[in-house]
Amino acid sequence: MSKFKKKKSGELPAISTASLPDIVFMLLFFFMVATVMRQNTLMIENKLPYADQIEKLDKKDLVMYIYAGKPSSRYRASAGDQARIQLNDKFAEVSDIKAFILAERAAKREELIPFLTTALKVDGETNMGLVGDIKSELREVQALKINYTTRTGNAVDNLR
Amino acid sequence: MNRRLAPSVNAGSMADIAFLLLIFFLVTTTIQSDSGINKKLPPPLNLERGTFIKKKNLFEVELNRYNQLMVEGELMELSDLKEKAIAFLDNGGGSGIDYCGYCKGDKDLTSSDNPDKAVISLKSSRKTNYATFIAVQNELIGAYTFLRNREAKRLFGKTYSDLEYDLKDVNYLGNQANLKKRIRKIRAMYPQKIVEAELLE
Repeated sequence: MSKFKKKKSGELPAISTASLPDIVFMLLFFFMVATVMRQNTLMIENKLPYADQIEKLDKKDLVMYIYAGKPSSRYRASAGDQARIQLNDKFAEVSDIKAFILAERAAKREELIPFLTTALKVDGETNMGLVGDIKSELREVQALKINYTTRTGNAVDNLR
Repeated sequence: MNRRLAPSVNAGSMADIAFLLLIFFLVTTTIQSDSGINKKLPPPLNLERGTFIKKKNLFEVELNRYNQLMVEGELMELSDLKEKAIAFLDNGGGSGIDYCGYCKGDKDLTSSDNPDKAVISLKSSRKTNYATFIAVQNELIGAYTFLRNREAKRLFGKTYSDLEYDLKDVNYLGNQANLKKRIRKIRAMYPQKIVEAELLE
């Protein structure tokens, strides 16, 4: 029985997890600052075509989104399998676009209205007829700045 | 003394709460910003009356319902379109006030006078695929970008794409006003004139 008996070093000391919340909070704040809330839930298929001569669409608050494409499989029973337009979270007709643009404009400050851009997020499989109809509606309400939203890639891939 | 140390709160579940919030934000937000081809639609007033474009200044591109490409009356593959468009825009066949000093084309009298007069008309059928339409648009804009890059390189030693990149770059140290003037000059040399129309069947 010696007084200076060595302690057994068999058990490893537990790693302190006290700083884990700090790390996670840091990640959380990064994501809160760097990202934007998803605006719409897509009810249509939306495989955008490829292009490489593109410009970035910054200032998200100045963009109005018009989606078009075939209804996704979940909505096919109720909405049919022809290409449809989606505005906000609803399927819409071509004639609803004017009201949509006017409502979007009314929600913006007056001095920003000339800078509003309409982003057309149209599925690659859609016919040009529908796109043409959208364009003529936009012309009638003087929403002349548009953006054909695309994915970055080689345009030749569109033909496959 | 009755004062005891305050009991410490167990912070073990703090991480769980933070993770929950983090995952919520990961799911509901998007990090990627959209990009695409910017276009300006013509105003609804019918201004076409009175404007007259000579046939030689018009480059006709048509897409039919089977996604076939016809350029100036003949079938063509997409890969050849850019070259053909560049040849048309850069032709510079005009003389007198229409003379184009910076064009390096063939100076063919049956093709465009100068890039300012040259108009590309893109007609598509109602049945054309949107993806094909975008591919063709992309090639046509690519032709303009090629020519603009060439002229910017010649005049300012920097391509047009670089100029535009600098304009958006907040860390750019040069003169912004000067940069804008340069970009405007290049745009005026090769103004983008692409008319989109519907093909009548």
